[in-house]
Amino acid sequence: MQKRAVVSVVGKDQVGIISKVTTVLADNQMNILDISQTILQDFFTMIMLVDVTDLSNLEELEKEFQPVEKELGLKVSIQLEDIFQAMHRV
Amino acid sequence: MSIAFTEIQETIRMVQMESLDIRTITMGISLRDCADSDFEKMNQRVYDKITSYAGQLRPVVEQVEKEYGVPIINKRIAVSPVAEILGNANVEQAITLAKTLDKAAEDLGVDFLGGYSALVHKGIAKGDQVLLDALPEALSVTNRVCSSISVGTTKTGINMDAVRQMGKIIKETAVKTKDNNGIGCAKLVVFCNPVEDNPFMAGAFHGSGEGEAVISVGVSGPGVVLNALKRFPDADLGQVSDIIKKTAFKITRAGELLGRVVAERLNVPFGIMDLSLAPTNAMNDSVAEILEEIGLERVGTHGTIAALALMNDAVKKGGAMASSYVGGLSGAFIPVSEDNGMIKGIEDGALTLSKLEAMTCVCSVGLDMIALDGNVSPETLSAIIADEAAIGMINKKTTAVRVIPVVGKSEGETVEFGGLLGRAPVIGVNPYGSEKFIKRGGRIPAPLQALIN
Repeated sequence: MQKRAVVSVVGKDQVGIISKVTTVLADNQMNILDISQTILQDFFTMIMLVDVTDLSNLEELEKEFQPVEKELGLKVSIQLEDIFQAMHRV
Repeated sequence: MSIAFTEIQETIRMVQMESLDIRTITMGISLRDCADSDFEKMNQRVYDKITSYAGQLRPVVEQVEKEYGVPIINKRIAVSPVAEILGNANVEQAITLAKTLDKAAEDLGVDFLGGYSALVHKGIAKGDQVLLDALPEALSVTNRVCSSISVGTTKTGINMDAVRQMGKIIKETAVKTKDNNGIGCAKLVVFCNPVEDNPFMAGAFHGSGEGEAVISVGVSGPGVVLNALKRFPDADLGQVSDIIKKTAFKITRAGELLGRVVAERLNVPFGIMDLSLAPTNAMNDSVAEILEEIGLERVGTHGTIAALALMNDAVKKGGAMASSYVGGLSGAFIPVSEDNGMIKGIEDGALTLSKLEAMTCVCSVGLDMIALDGNVSPETLSAIIADEAAIGMINKKTTAVRVIPVVGKSEGETVEFGGLLGRAPVIGVNPYGSEKFIKRGGRIPAPLQALIN
């Protein structure tokens, strides 16, 4: 069964956010299934659904994001999709 | 995307800005098969059983916490009432066993271990008396061991001999731990109608109807409810109830999911979800502030009980729908020292001991984390317990007393417990005595409410 996770990215809007974040995913062979973003009062929010079936450890991926988080002043979090399903779907 | 953008944002906001967390994942473990007439053997078996069953508890919980991005604050263990296996032991051995439990908890890195308990609501057996006699010392030489004593139920009435002993035990524990502001008493709860699957401390124990081991979950989330209400300042009370219900549903679903994942990974059955709003001293994570948001100038004023009843009921309705197995205490907690709003209510003179007692009629669980004048007599403590037990017995609900007489402090002063236990203003008690009532002893018979067959 496919295991999916939600990657959310929040930070001040600037050039190159999508590119740098998705590069990390591509470097780790992660497939993006869906992506959406908005900008609200200068604040950039992007949410991606990624396939993590072959990933044994989410924590490792979180670490890979740390340099990008630091460079661009972003907050990147990765959470298994089930938590959103549980909270928002009956 | 099957889940809407706004829904994902809502969950992230709840966790990052509104203190949504799972308060505790508690593993219940039966110790009954550890009983042995040779104390040394029993002592070793208890340690071995706990550390083998719960060996992976902390790492697994921490892993799940990271994967789902929802903090799980406490990892705890609840064992079957220790008095059950103390029938052949003496007081010193009972204290040794408490130290063993403490060591097991420490070695496993769990926050608290509950179940140093006795059920004496009708009578006191040999092992029960050994445990009661050991309690003050056991609580003062251990850090993580929690104790609960059942002194009454709707079915049996109230064992006033046990109530009398508990007043003395609380006082003695306070004196023995006076250098730490009576902290020993913060680990001791006196119950009426205790539940067997409560994941919250200090009252957690693994009941005799439970299996070998079980995982139970207690959620938190006053901050989330408070923020949800703030978005609808003009809603009527029906709508307020609905907002709380919907929020409780979401919080509970998160807790149930994480609990089930932990249970599956530990290969232990999932027990229950406890639907309790448990406050912390974090900003805006207060049950009292929810009541004030509903419309009270300060918690404790007229209208407090009605607002609390509404809130408590709405939390249950939302939670009951969200979980397949609801249990534990499931009601709002109103611990004084752990809730900034309650502390302020007392400091401002709006909230009193009498009002707190009245509040326990409409919510679980009881007089909780209340610092009392250090000069309070054991009989007065017993009488406070008797009052609270009577409320539980007649209303067929759980009530509890966890009060801390603070030696050397009197009304108006403040005491710091530190950590999750917080700080509390010291409250005075009624100056008139209850000695004769307590000295009579005996049992308060079961009320008519018990005759339901």
